[in-house]
Order: sequence, then C-alpha cells, then structure tokens
Amino acid sequence: MIRRLFIANRGEIAVRIIRTCRALGIETVLGVSEADRDSLGAQLATRAVRLGPAPATASYLQVGAVVHAAKATGCDAVHPGYGFLSENRALAEACAREGLIFVGPTPDNLDAVGDKLTARTHAIDAGVPVVPGGTAETLEDALALAESVGYPMLIKAVAGGGGRGMKRVNSAAELPGQLDLAIAEAAAAFGDGRVYLERFVTVGRHVEVQILSDGATVLHAGERDCSVQRRYQKVVEEAPAPGLPDPLRAGLLAAAVRFARHIGYRSLGTVEFLVDVDRQEFYFLEMNARIQVEHPVTEAITGLDLVALQLAIAEGAPLPMTQGDIRLTGHAIECRLNAEDVANAFMPSPGRVTRAWFPSMPGLRVDTHMQPGAMIPPYYDSMVAKLIAYGETREAAIAVMQAALRTIVLEGVKTNAPLHAAIMADPAFQAGGVDTTYLAGLLPTLTGATT
Amino acid sequence: MAELTRADIDDILKLIDGSDFDELKLEMGDLKLELRRRGAGASGASAPPAPAVQAPAAAPKPEAPAAAVTAPVVASGGGSEVPAPLLGTFYRAPKPGAAPFVQVGDSVTADTVIGIIEVMKLMNSVPAGIAGTVTEILAENGQLVEHGQTLIRIQPA
Repeated sequence: MIRRLFIANRGEIAVRIIRTCRALGIETVLGVSEADRDSLGAQLATRAVRLGPAPATASYLQVGAVVHAAKATGCDAVHPGYGFLSENRALAEACAREGLIFVGPTPDNLDAVGDKLTARTHAIDAGVPVVPGGTAETLEDALALAESVGYPMLIKAVAGGGGRGMKRVNSAAELPGQLDLAIAEAAAAFGDGRVYLERFVTVGRHVEVQILSDGATVLHAGERDCSVQRRYQKVVEEAPAPGLPDPLRAGLLAAAVRFARHIGYRSLGTVEFLVDVDRQEFYFLEMNARIQVEHPVTEAITGLDLVALQLAIAEGAPLPMTQGDIRLTGHAIECRLNAEDVANAFMPSPGRVTRAWFPSMPGLRVDTHMQPGAMIPPYYDSMVAKLIAYGETREAAIAVMQAALRTIVLEGVKTNAPLHAAIMADPAFQAGGVDTTYLAGLLPTLTGATT
Repeated sequence: MAELTRADIDDILKLIDGSDFDELKLEMGDLKLELRRRGAGASGASAPPAPAVQAPAAAPKPEAPAAAVTAPVVASGGGSEVPAPLLGTFYRAPKPGAAPFVQVGDSVTADTVIGIIEVMKLMNSVPAGIAGTVTEILAENGQLVEHGQTLIRIQPA
C-alpha cells in the first residue's frame, strides 16, 4: 500500500495527483523548484521540498535529488506525472534500487517504447500496422520501395529527430536528388547517413488509445482524437474520436491492446496512431508510457479515476474491472489554456495572475494550478489550465465549452482562450473529424481578425 | 506606506526570482531601492532568461556585487545566511564522531568548508562563501536540507 507519495512534477498535474491522493487518504510530498515554492501544489501537498533552482535541469530533472528527497521524507512511492522524468529509465531503476514504488511501467517497458525504431519493430512483431516503408541502401532499393508503397514518400534519418534530415518526395523523378540530399544531411547532422523511407500521409488524424494494464489483464478505455495541433503540440483533444468508422475504431482499439500485451506492459499508457483518412487505414506511431495531459476526456466519458487506477496498479493490485465494465457515454472535449499571446506569434506570456475564476458549471471540469496571485514562471511550459467540457452529445459538449470560455476569468497574463473560442465556433471543427493540418489553416483567418 | 519591511523585500526578491528581469528600481517617496541579479551588468541589456542566475540567498547581502541597497534594511538575525546549494542530507562533520567542520564563534574564509551535503551517496562540500564569524548553526546534522535552506549564519568580517 502507498501511504506517502512523492510527486516529481509541477503545475496542474501535481494538483491533479494531489486531488486523488487526498481522496484516497494518501499523504503527498511535492518536490518543487525555487520558482514553484509558492505554487498551489506546494500549498496543497502535505509537504513541499525544494529540489533545486528554477531551471528544470537543476531541479525537476535531477533523478538523484528526487529519489533522495523521496527517501528522506519517508515516501514509499514516486509519481513522475508527465514530461520531465516520467519516462526516464534511470528514475524507474533508482526507485527500484531504493525500495520505492515507481508509479509507472517497468524499466523494460520504458526501453521497449523509448525509441521509435525499437517501438516500430515491436509493433510489426505484434501485428500492428506501421506506416508502410523501410530502409533503403541504394537508389534502386528506394525506387522499388516507393513504387510498392506509393507517392508521396518521406525520407527520414534513422538516427534523426526533430524534423532534421526529413525530405518529402512527390514522384520518382524527385527521388534520386532528394535521397542524396537526405543522406548527406543525415551524415552531417547525426554522423549516421542511414535513411529510411515511409509513406507521407497527406491527410491524417491523430487518434490514440488509453491502455490500462496490471501486467496480466490489458484493457482499453476508448480512444481520443488529438488532431487539433499547432507545431505538433496538441491544442484540443476529445473523446470519442468523431466520425470514425466502426471497423476502423475496433481495429485501432484491438491493435493498441495487442501492442501493450506484446511488450508485457504494466501501468497506464497510451498507444498513438496516425489515421490515414484517404485510405481509411491506421498506423502505429508510438506508445507513451505515462499519464497523458488529455486523460480527463477519457475520465469524463468512462467515469474512471485514471490516477487512482495507476496508483493501484503500481501497488500491485489487479485491475478491479473487465473490458465490459468500461462503458463509454457522452462526449468530452479538452481545451489547453496556455499563457501565450495569440496575436503576437504565440509568444509565451509569463507573469503574475491577478484574477483567476473558474466557477462550477454544469458539465465543466477545470484542472489548474492557477489562483489569484499565482506566478507563471518563464522556465516551464505555458499551460495554465485544462478546460474539460462534457455533454451527452458532441454538440452539447461544444456548447458547454463555449459557455465556459465566455465565463472563466484569468487576468494578468495573456491566454490562448480566443483561439479556443474560434475553434469551437468554426464550422469545420463543429462538423468533426478534422485532420492535423486543420489548425494551421484556421490560424491566418484568426490573426486577421485580431490585428 | 512609509517604509519597506524585511518581508516586503523578500516578496520583491521572490518576484524577481520568478521573472526574467535582472534588475529592479523602486522609488517610493524618499526611499530608493535598487536590486540587481549577481552577474547582471548595471542597467545592461537583459540577459537570456533560461539559465537565470539565482539571486543571492533570500536577502540582499551587503557584499553582493552591484546590489545597491540604499534602504535601511536590517537582516533579522544579523549576519549573512549560507544557503544549501542543493537538496540532500546535511552533515556537520567529515565523518560520524569527528569534530564538526565549524562551531559558533569560529572564524571562516570564503573557502572554509562548513558542511557536507549528500545526494544519493555523492558527497558535496559546502564552502562558507563569505569571510566572517559563525554566529549560528541552523541546519541539523543528518537531516534533509532543501535547496536554498539556511544552513548557518555568518557575521561578515
């Protein structure tokens, strides 16, 4: 049993974890940086300890300080939240060594999903579809591969990341030049000239499946659609995914469970897929081995407390339900409220919050660490609140969100609330099923209206 | 509002800590307060925000470079506070049973080791950082100290 939990995170997720702990009668110790010592989480936790100075590398990312603080304050478990050390093998191992329960998957699980190529290999072994493609050492290989998969193709560096060394190829005529360029760039940037080619999905949706596993029983809690993104950052999420054909949905859910079972996954996790709208197919992207930012939309339509389940799994308890017990009802939408200036190229807008008011409204949940006088430091990400609207239908959920956006007050900093209002009012979003290029297309009309 | 209290100054320092400003000038009637981060140039261009230099301890120290405090600020306990540079277990002596590194009344230089902080079996020695006389030992031997927590107090020479 977990009696005292060390929380190695900050912001709204720290407050969210404290909420469940208080309900369960678990004491909490929150590790904070100097910049967060007056935060809401620090005030609500049973105790807060200062891990280090404001920069995350010197505080929230210090495995030694986290484990030392957890031990010295008599904690029996460590919850890493999301981001920071949440998928860090060194923390999971240090916890095991020091007799602390790591609230997350095993170190082997973390390895299995840690890098994209390893995860892709596991997906293929589990019979889970991946983006069609493969490695190519010669131009002849590449041409043959592209011919069988179909254009457009994307050339990626095996050792790459962050978009570097990626080249789009629209036809066989373009391939030789782009391949040489990609190999040269990969060699220069990563010291490794190996490249692989995969299908470039022109119209894709980001759909992910919530997994719950105690190591023996693997269940899913439905899917979430996170296609409304800006620069690969999720902005709006919802559950269920609107307008997804039933066979496609069933295929996704089964594939996610198959993948988790294949790697012997044990904890909460999320399997992400790219849904190819034109071809009505889906491909494995990656698995996130942690609680996700957007978990509340799943909680809203299932009635589950995912953090409580995550803690119970970490304690070694078997899942207290079967797949048939997880019923999905209604529709939920989450808007990520960020402290940023939409009219000024989304510049972060840190500072002191003068007013914060998130009243109870029918169908609305707010996860936030904001309160009057709260400081939004410039060192971390700019998310300040998550608004989660629930309705019996998607239309009703949108109406709840629109009412919430008109009602809530957060002053002292600029937020992206106007962006969310524009999305909720947009006919394409209201119709449902937008793809990942949607928000980039909406932005010019929005900035045109605000400047 | 006639004067600033020590608590007010602490609040202001926290504000600066959480911001990306290097410098603050405050004028209230006759009172003039200037605060500057260590390492920040006098009214210079703002430094990049991310690796912000920590403001020295929790209170303005008289010897802090360029921290021109013209307000009559008196630190409550007297002397300078030596903060824990990192979180860990504080040890006053090099090993169990040995004499402590420093006692009240000892003279220290900036380089004098005043204790050890252990993090995951790594020992980090803590220098006084300032020359003077030890007036108070606040942190307990063998106990967890947090980052920034006052370990000892030193009356500057």
